[in-house]
Amino acid sequence: MAPAKVQRNQSRSSSGKATSSPRAKRQAAIPKAFTREERLDAFRMMLLIRRFEEKAGQLYGMGHIGGFCHLYIGQEAVVVGMQANLKPADQVITAYRDHGHMLAAGMDPKGVMAELTGRRGGYSKGKGGSMHMFSIEKHFYGGHGIVGATVPLGAGLAFANKYRGNDNVALCYFGDGAANQGQVYETFNMAQLWGLPVVFIIENNRYAMGTAIERSSSTTNLSQRGLSFAIPGEQVDGMDVYAVRQAGARAIERARSGKGPIILEMMTYRYRGHSMSDPAKYRTREEVQKVRETHDPIEHVREQLLDEGLTDDELKKIDRQMRDVANVAADFALSDTEPDPTELYTDVVVAN
Amino acid sequence: MPTQILMPALSPTMEEGTLVKWLVEEGQDVKSGDVIAEIETDKATMEVEAVDEGRLSKILIPAGTEGVKVNTPIAVIDTEDDSEESQAGEIPDTKPAAIDKGHADARPFDVDVKAPRIGAGTQSKLEITLGTETVVVTMREALRDAMAEEMRRDPDVFLMGEEVAEYQGAYKVSQGLLEEFGGKRVIDTPITEQGFAGVGVGAAFAGLKPIVEFMTWNFAMQAIDQIINSAAKTRYMSGGQVSVPIVFRGPNGAAARVAAQHSQCYSAWYAHVPGLKVIAPSTPADAKGLLKSAIRDPNPVVFLENEVLYGSSGAVPTGEDWIVPIGKARIAREGRHVTIVSFARGMTCALEAADQLAKEGVEVEVIDLRTLRPLDLETVLRSVRNTNRIVTVEEAWPVCSVGSEICAQVAMQAFDDLDAPPVKVSGADVPMPYAANLEALALPSVGQVIAAVNSVLYV
Ligand SMILES: Cc1ncc(C[n+]2csc(CCOP(=O)(O)OP(=O)(O)O)c2C)c(N)n1
Ligand SMILES: [Mg+2]
Repeated sequence: MAPAKVQRNQSRSSSGKATSSPRAKRQAAIPKAFTREERLDAFRMMLLIRRFEEKAGQLYGMGHIGGFCHLYIGQEAVVVGMQANLKPADQVITAYRDHGHMLAAGMDPKGVMAELTGRRGGYSKGKGGSMHMFSIEKHFYGGHGIVGATVPLGAGLAFANKYRGNDNVALCYFGDGAANQGQVYETFNMAQLWGLPVVFIIENNRYAMGTAIERSSSTTNLSQRGLSFAIPGEQVDGMDVYAVRQAGARAIERARSGKGPIILEMMTYRYRGHSMSDPAKYRTREEVQKVRETHDPIEHVREQLLDEGLTDDELKKIDRQMRDVANVAADFALSDTEPDPTELYTDVVVAN
Repeated sequence: MPTQILMPALSPTMEEGTLVKWLVEEGQDVKSGDVIAEIETDKATMEVEAVDEGRLSKILIPAGTEGVKVNTPIAVIDTEDDSEESQAGEIPDTKPAAIDKGHADARPFDVDVKAPRIGAGTQSKLEITLGTETVVVTMREALRDAMAEEMRRDPDVFLMGEEVAEYQGAYKVSQGLLEEFGGKRVIDTPITEQGFAGVGVGAAFAGLKPIVEFMTWNFAMQAIDQIINSAAKTRYMSGGQVSVPIVFRGPNGAAARVAAQHSQCYSAWYAHVPGLKVIAPSTPADAKGLLKSAIRDPNPVVFLENEVLYGSSGAVPTGEDWIVPIGKARIAREGRHVTIVSFARGMTCALEAADQLAKEGVEVEVIDLRTLRPLDLETVLRSVRNTNRIVTVEEAWPVCSVGSEICAQVAMQAFDDLDAPPVKVSGADVPMPYAANLEALALPSVGQVIAAVNSVLYV
C-alpha cells in the first residue's frame, strides 16, 4: 500500500476565501458542521481543563499535591477536539500529562482532584496519583509514567477491538519526546501489519522536559515517522480545536472503517514547566508569552463566540462556572479522607 | 477580595527557599500566568506565576529574603470578586497546608536529609582516618566531582544520558560538566534508554569508558536487556576477549510521592547478575570514592544512587586520590549486641534506630554494605560471630532481596553462632502507593528497625 498523501498544517484560513479581515478569517475557519452548542461545549471543556490545572498547580504549591504533577495548560484544544469525535466505547490512553484527557473523557473532576491529593475518593483510591489514573467506565486506560510504554499499550487496546470484531477505535496519545522510543516503531510496524484501529496522536509541544525537539530528533516532522511502515500522517494545528476536531474525525473514521492506523501530529505548546519543579531555563519567557498572546486555544474560540454575538458577560459567566467546578473539586479533594491503611495490601493481585 | 499568595513548594522535596526577586511592584495589576517572582530552591531558580487575577496590593516578604518556609504568605493580591457562585472560595488563608507534613512523624525518613552522618570521627572503622583533610559537600556534588576528576584523568571517559548536558542533569548531578568538557564528552540523548545504553555498551566494547546516566533506574527497565545480555555477559561469552568498562548510574529507590512506576529499588535485580558489579552508597565520601573506582573498573558497574540522599552532605577527603574499593563493607557504628546490615537510604533508618537503642543500653553494630555485588560477607560474618544476632534493613521489596541473601548466607555459614533467627526489615511487598499515609507505611521505619532489634534480643 502506498503511503497516503500527507496533509500539511491546516491553517485557520485555509478553508475559507482569502480575506484580510481577521474576523472574516475566523468566521471562514468555522466548519459548517459545528453548531453553536458544539462550540460552546468545546469552550467550556477547555476552560474547565485550564481552571482545573491552575487549581492543581495552586494545591501543589501549598503542599497538598506531592511528587510529580504535569499540567496540560496550553494543550487543551488537542484532547477536546479529539474527544468530540468519539463514540462512548472508544478507548483513550496517554502518559502522565493526563488530567485534561480524563476531564475530556467525562471523568469527574472531584475524583481526579482527589487522586491528586491522594485521598480515598480519587479514581485510584489515592494509590496512583497524578500520573496513574484510570476509569474503565469511561474507557480511559491511564495515566502512565513510563515514556513510550503507552504506545504499544494503545495498539493493544486496538488489537482487542479488532479481535472482538467491534468497530471501536483506540486513541493513543504520546509526546514528541516519546516519539523517539524504540517501542514506538515496533508498534507502528505491528499496527500497520495487522491493520489495527488505532489513532496515534503525537502531542508535539516542542519540548521533552528541557530538550527542544530539534536537539533530540534527526527529523522533526513527526507526522512522517510512520511512512516507512506505510502509516499515513498529518500535521494539525493543535491550538485550534476546530482543526483538531476535523482532522480527528477523518482519522477516526478511517480507523473505524478498517483502514488501519494513522498518525496525527498535533502542533501544540505547554505554557507551564515540564512538571512543577522545572525551572524552564531552556526557553525564554518571551517565547511562552508570544504563544499565549497569539495562539491561545481558548482565546481563539472565545473571540469566535464573541463575533457570533455572545456577550463578554455570558462568556465570563461560563468561566466562573468552570472555576467553581474546579473549586468544588479542590474542596472535595482537601476534605476527603486518606485511604484506609488496610488499602496498602489490597489490589495487588486479583483475589480468588 | 484580598487573597494571600503563599510561598509555593516548587519541587517534591522543597521545604524552604530564597525569595530572590520580585518582578512586579505593589499596586501593579497581574493576571494568571504572569511571572511575579523568582525563587531559589536547593536545586534551581524558579519562576512563580500568579494564579489569580487582580492587583498586587502588598509584598510581605522582601526580595533577598532567605529561608522562606513553604506556605508563608509572601504577598497579597486583591482579586476581582467575581465568584459569588463559588462555594469553594479562593485560596484559603494560610492554612497550615502540607498534608504530608502531618505525617512527618510517621515517615520513616525525612525527605531531604540533614545529618552528615559520616566523617564525624567518632566511629572507628571509617576509612577517613584522623588527620585526613576533608571538605563537606552534598552527595550530588560528590558524584559530580568524581566524574569530573575521572574525566580529567582519562580522555576515554564520557557521560551520556537524558538531560545530562544543557539541563545540567534532571537532578543536577552533572552540573558544570558540559561547560568543562564540552559536547563531545557530555552528551544529551533522546529518550531512548535501550538505544543509548546499547550505544554505550558498544562503545565500551571498543575500549571507551562510558558513564551512562539513567534519569532514574525506573527508566533503565527499558534498557535492562542491554545491561544484562550485552554488558554483563559479554566478557564470559567471548572467553575473556571483550571487556565492557562501562558505568550505568542514576537515582534508585523511592523518591517522595512519585508512586509505583517511579519508586522502586533495583538492588536485588542487578545484584543477581554475574558479570556485573553493583554499588549503592549512603554517604558523599563513599559515593565519590566508589564512583571513581567504578569508572576505573574494567567491568560493567551498576551504580545505584538515591535521590532523597542527593541533598545530604558529609565530609569527603580532599584531593583526587580518594578511592573507596569495590566489594568492601564499612562498619558505620560499632556495637556488640546486635548486627544491623543495611545500605543506601536504609542506613538513615538503621543509624537512627541505633542511636535510639543506645539510649536504652543496646549497642548495635551497623554495617553499610556499600557494594551489593560482590558482597562483603566476611565483614558481615565477623560481626555476627561477635553479636550473634542480625537484622537487615532495606527499602526494596522483601522477596528475594539483598536482605534475603544476607540472611541466607548467615544462616548457612554462621548458624551455630546465631542466638536468634535473622530478621529482615524491608519495604512493603506492594507497588509504591501515592497517598502520603500509605507511602509512609510502605517504607521501612525506625520503629520497625527498633522492633526487629528487640525481637532478636527477645525483649
Ligand atoms: C522511559 C522513561 N524515560 C524517561 C522518563 C522521564 N521523563 C518523563 S517525561 C519526559 C519527557 C517526555 O517528553 P514528551 O514525550 O515530549 O512529553 P511532554 O512531557 O512534552 O508531554 C521524560 C524524559 C520517563 N518517565 N520514562
Ligand atoms: Mg513534549
